[in-house]
Amino acid sequence: MKKLMLGNEAVAQGLYEAGVRLVSSYPGTPSTEITENAVKYGEDVIWCEWAPNEKVAMETAIGASIAGGRAFCAQKHVGLNVAADPLFTVAYTGVNAGLVIAVADDPGMFSSQNEQDSRHYARAAKVLMLEPSDSTECKEFTKLAFDLSEQFDTPVFLRLTTRIAHSSSSVEVGEREEVPVKEYVKNNQKYAMLPANAIRRHVVVEDRQVAEAEWAETAWVNKTEYNDTKIGVIAAGITYQYAKEALGDKASYLKLGCVNPLPLNLIKEFASKVDTLYVLEQLDPVLEEQVRAMGIDCIGKEAFDLKGEYSQSMIAKVILGEEKESIALDIDIPGRPPALCPGCPHRGLFSALKQLNVFVSGDIGCYTLGALPPLGMIDTCVCMGASVSALHGRNKVRPEEAKKSVAVIGDSTFVHSGITGLVNAAYNQSNSKVIVLDNSITGMTGHQQNPTTGKRINGDPTTAIDLEALAHAVGIERVIVVDPYDIAATRDAIAAELEVEAPSLIIARRPCVLLKEVRAKMPKPFEVAIDKCVGCKACMKIGCPAISFADRKSSIDFTQCTGCGMCQPLCKFDAIKGGN
Amino acid sequence: MTRSILIVGVGGQGTLLASRLLGRTLLAKDYDVKISEVHGMSQRGGSVVTYVRYGDNVASPIVEKGEADIILSFEELEAARWLPYLKKGGKIVVNTQKMDPMPVIIGAAEYPKDVLKQVEAAGVEVQAVDALRMALEAGSPKAVNVALLGVVAQNTDIEKDVWEETIRTTVPEKFIDLNLKAFGLGYNA
Ligand SMILES: Cc1ncc(C[n+]2csc(CCOP(=O)(O)OP(=O)(O)O)c2C)c(N)n1
Repeated sequence: MKKLMLGNEAVAQGLYEAGVRLVSSYPGTPSTEITENAVKYGEDVIWCEWAPNEKVAMETAIGASIAGGRAFCAQKHVGLNVAADPLFTVAYTGVNAGLVIAVADDPGMFSSQNEQDSRHYARAAKVLMLEPSDSTECKEFTKLAFDLSEQFDTPVFLRLTTRIAHSSSSVEVGEREEVPVKEYVKNNQKYAMLPANAIRRHVVVEDRQVAEAEWAETAWVNKTEYNDTKIGVIAAGITYQYAKEALGDKASYLKLGCVNPLPLNLIKEFASKVDTLYVLEQLDPVLEEQVRAMGIDCIGKEAFDLKGEYSQSMIAKVILGEEKESIALDIDIPGRPPALCPGCPHRGLFSALKQLNVFVSGDIGCYTLGALPPLGMIDTCVCMGASVSALHGRNKVRPEEAKKSVAVIGDSTFVHSGITGLVNAAYNQSNSKVIVLDNSITGMTGHQQNPTTGKRINGDPTTAIDLEALAHAVGIERVIVVDPYDIAATRDAIAAELEVEAPSLIIARRPCVLLKEVRAKMPKPFEVAIDKCVGCKACMKIGCPAISFADRKSSIDFTQCTGCGMCQPLCKFDAIKGGN
Repeated sequence: MTRSILIVGVGGQGTLLASRLLGRTLLAKDYDVKISEVHGMSQRGGSVVTYVRYGDNVASPIVEKGEADIILSFEELEAARWLPYLKKGGKIVVNTQKMDPMPVIIGAAEYPKDVLKQVEAAGVEVQAVDALRMALEAGSPKAVNVALLGVVAQNTDIEKDVWEETIRTTVPEKFIDLNLKAFGLGYNA
């Protein structure tokens, strides 16, 4: 049966067909839907879980693989930084049952804080890496990755990019191959990496790369396609599709399905048959540098770009000098950046912080949008968890400003890597005021459960972290809970806490308004009583997308208003009606 | 030959369901189909786009400037924003809804006047419909997406019952009637 499947959904189908037993991941765009789709096969078929972070996820998968069950973890590119520690050493231990690690890069940074190229990890950790170019390949390469993992006794990378992960194309769905759990034989020279053992395993790693490179020379995933040989293109993944779209049969192609290690002889042969060789790859010149190192002349980054995405029009322009005509209006079109949703509890918290005019050490999640106007309340944002640790560092350098500084961190992010920062604030004694924006869900990546929500990935009930007790346990004595929908009370409670000479955990607790069960209980949309509105725009200060202003009056869009009521107390003229 | 449709709107308006219904319908007609989506709550409230391409053999899943045969816009300003993506001779189907983006809400910019008239003045064929009214008539403001899909369906040679079958097999059972009604209103608009 043919089905239209998202690349990520097709990877999940590949996991199912490959007889995978365990999937452990932490969400991150554009990798999230792999794990979300793997859940659908049922947990007696594939045990799926959201781990607290990528390192835990990868270690869980490693444990399952060594125990003899095929295992998998997925993450976005920056997630691999978090999991880099186990990665570099599991490359030494190798596997028992197949272990596949998916990593999704985000050229163009649709939803990421940087544009790193994960292929460097494959080279640095000396791990084989496959890169599919459509949904069918997403499924087939996933299955192949498990076979290769067992054949070469290595973890195998599956590299995706946003346009592969989040594009749909048709896939032939197949049956599951039941792969029994393999025997576990104690072998600590292979699995326990102390120096004496690791020295011997390093030899295995280097030999393995040579064997894999030999396999790559004739592997079906590396394909040549000869048309006109004036132009030759080496490409992988989505870039291959862009090249095909732009150049059709005006060029010949070497499509790489395996991007590490490279089939050097195949590349040499292809290069010798074409007049001008282009190496097309988004982000860093990983292929190009290896091609050049063989003494082969090619055109790569000097004609293209290290930044952002490639596209068919870019390739057509550079290689063929062709451009398409297009129409544009001669008017200013205001931008439409993403915004906190109507009814978002984060809006209440940032409005309170704005009134307090504090320094905000920020973190990653929906609440990062609090950095944008009109709230503009985030000063810094580096990586997950950094809000808490960086505030501690700041407070050590500027203790006099500790009373004017806070950290904000979401519930999922706090569990991911904020807890260790809190431990540091308590242990190394800074007066850090850490605000957890507890909206009972991992919002940014599309509503995943996490260890604070009391639900597992499939919605089953489970234990929930008691944030208050956790703070006490690490040595933070002051813990308060506020409701961010009540902006004035939230402001006053934080102001009072800032005066205290001790670290505090402030929990701003109000579930995400997009959660179905929350939405169902919200009041009806609010309205502006036109006769009472004086056009003072006080209600517009919170930057709610449902409130607009025309003909000297505010109005509330009933299709957008969630009935949160945060705007109502802002109106001194009692013009905002509703609440039932 | 590959045909390209761009679906644009404001994050949260339900553009993804429209593109999926469109993709499944095209697959049912044995086309090679590729769809490229933008995901994640992080896009909510922002300008969003989905690309749909179909034909005998589709390579790239994305649509670029000057390539779209049809642009389906869920909002007026978004139609103007994505206009450069339209092919010469292409058509814009647009919902006559206006949603102020944040720069307008905070007074840093103005929502341009008579946007659709200006698009037409540029020589572009525009089919403007009030899909919110149709959705409300069908029973829920959320059905704007399926009403608009009905309007797009009008512009293709795919039979009405093929579209309806996709809706029946895609949306949750309790919303089938509502969506079929919204689709019908769009189809006859
Ligand atoms: C290392 C790493 N992993 C994953 C992500 C993707 N990501 C960004 S924010 C976020 C979680 C946000 O959830 P939460 O902290 O609960 O805040 P919310 O979005 O609900 O406000 C995730 C998973 C990332 N940016 N970095």
